[in-house]
Amino acid sequence: MLMLEPRPAPSRVMTLASPLIALLLTALVAALLLAALGKDPLEGLRVIFAEPLSNRRQVSEVLLKATPLIVIALGLAVCYRANVWNIGAEGQFLLGCVGGGGVALWLTTQGIVLPKVLGLPLVLAAGMLGGMLWAGAVALLRDRYNANEILVSLMLVYVAQQSVNALVFGPWKDPQGFNMPQSAMFHASLHLPPLLERTRLHVGFVAALVLAAAVALFLFRSFRGFQLQVGGLAPAAARYAGFSSRSALWTSLLLSGALAGLAGAMEVAGPIRQVTPYLSTGLGFTAIIVCFVGRLHPLGIVVAGVLLSLMLIGGELAQSRLGLPNAMASVLQGLLLLILLACDTFIDQRLRWRRATGRAA
Amino acid sequence: MNETALLINTALASGTTLALAALGLLVNERAGVLNLGAEGMMLVAAVAGFAAALTTGSDTLGFLAAAAAGAALAALFAGLVIFLNTNQYATGLALSLFGYGLSAFLGVSMVGKSLSPRQTYEVPGLSDLPFVGPALFSHHPMVYVAIALAVAIAWFLYRTRAGLLLRAMGENPEPAHALGYPVRLIRLGAVCVGGALCGLAGAYVSLVTAPLWVEGLTAGRGWIALALTVFATWRPARVLLGAYLFGGVTVLQLSLQAQGVAISSHLLTMLPYLATIVVLVLISRNPAFIRLNMPASLGKPFRPGS
Repeated sequence: MLMLEPRPAPSRVMTLASPLIALLLTALVAALLLAALGKDPLEGLRVIFAEPLSNRRQVSEVLLKATPLIVIALGLAVCYRANVWNIGAEGQFLLGCVGGGGVALWLTTQGIVLPKVLGLPLVLAAGMLGGMLWAGAVALLRDRYNANEILVSLMLVYVAQQSVNALVFGPWKDPQGFNMPQSAMFHASLHLPPLLERTRLHVGFVAALVLAAAVALFLFRSFRGFQLQVGGLAPAAARYAGFSSRSALWTSLLLSGALAGLAGAMEVAGPIRQVTPYLSTGLGFTAIIVCFVGRLHPLGIVVAGVLLSLMLIGGELAQSRLGLPNAMASVLQGLLLLILLACDTFIDQRLRWRRATGRAA
Repeated sequence: MNETALLINTALASGTTLALAALGLLVNERAGVLNLGAEGMMLVAAVAGFAAALTTGSDTLGFLAAAAAGAALAALFAGLVIFLNTNQYATGLALSLFGYGLSAFLGVSMVGKSLSPRQTYEVPGLSDLPFVGPALFSHHPMVYVAIALAVAIAWFLYRTRAGLLLRAMGENPEPAHALGYPVRLIRLGAVCVGGALCGLAGAYVSLVTAPLWVEGLTAGRGWIALALTVFATWRPARVLLGAYLFGGVTVLQLSLQAQGVAISSHLLTMLPYLATIVVLVLISRNPAFIRLNMPASLGKPFRPGS
């Protein structure tokens, strides 16, 4: 019978091939799904995977959406490498929107016009603080009370969304907004500078690339980063070496909170420019998929962020061009992660034909 | 109806979703498998159940379809974590994300449709009693099914040989394997049962509580159910108690809103989630206590012959 047996060493080839195989299989399932819905599978795949790259404007939109995905996923990679299961990046992102948006709104309504080099960093820093506050709560409850970080961070997502709602339906509502649940637009001095003329792409994308390099340096060239990863891979070894698991918990959560918060602040100061109840469309959850598809590696995350963003935009195009449900994109995302995890099995293990001996388990 | 009786009535009714899901999760966690995909299974099952009830007009078929959908997704999860040894956290999370997308995809044509409000089942002879009648004996049949399931699961786990075996899978599967028991198949079965019960819980939301379908209908109840199994220290009776307590919190929030208390409704909506965090903190404070009660092999993969 076919048996899985551990490989002597993890396969490097499979580590890199696995996401590609998963992507091909996901595309195959997408084609089948399209055929089942009575659409032309090839045309559908072209709209989802190629159309978003067809012109300058579309490419700029792909990179725009990839920005928060990459920034959030970079922080999550640090967490997951430290074996800290922060799945509430969505909440930390929203708190970043609240922090950054709050400062921007206050400056706007007070009529304070700061020079761009002063106002924008203030907005971004406030966003980072918001994200750190939310992630810090998770770290505190885990550290002090041993509360499971998966459940706490996820619960805080709902609390964050309701906090945003409470603000935009309440004190932050624009008095001149015809009673719509949204804040006033921020003053122009608080908008992120554009990267490309006549597109919405802003300098945040460059920041994401710089951050990827910084996180790579932290993970692979700093002692703190090394300690963190030892704690994730072999807790017993880390304890023996005297590496504090508490400090790994706090470092990884605060870092990922800060990055998710920054992503939030860049969204409100970038394409959105106001606070609304619809700040995120599950970007914090998609970032988890980006993180795994990118092999928890900063360089991989940049590539995966663009890929997942492409699929999201492709899904929107498929909705308008082919009349497919918008949820198609999130089905494919989830499927991609599931198939990827299955493919990852073959990094550490291989299939062997073995004769059944005795009773099978 | 007396106001307190009404409160108890609605607490039981709204706690039933959590009870069903958490009982299912308890079964698979007792067998050593942690399925973070509860929310995804509930959502897909909610859509499946709603569609079945809408087209056939039968609630029974709706619940059966939901249970089947939940079990099918659970089987997919089990295949990955039990037979391919994938990481249980990541796979469960993936299932939740996939389930969210799939349910939204399948439910597109059902948004905006709704079923007539469900009839309650009056227990003959008992529902006419003052106070206890309206509080306890006037419910949708699934409320009683949840209680019966808790009793049945408790009996199964603690009074049958098969239940002992299932608990052995969660504590230490090696000896059972050495004795020739099919560890992986038993775990597969337990995970499927867990999925089926999460399916019933999802359908209870879309057929009874709501009764309609919108994207993300279950609003985190699957995650709360996961927290509930910890709160209940993996015991069926405590799961039931915890579920009704949480049901009570939800109801309190709704009745405060109805009474026009001067708190933003958005803040009140946070209550169940905050309560979950508080409860997790209270119960997890003492690591030794959790370690004593938690199935010892929970979340650990089993690789025969390694």
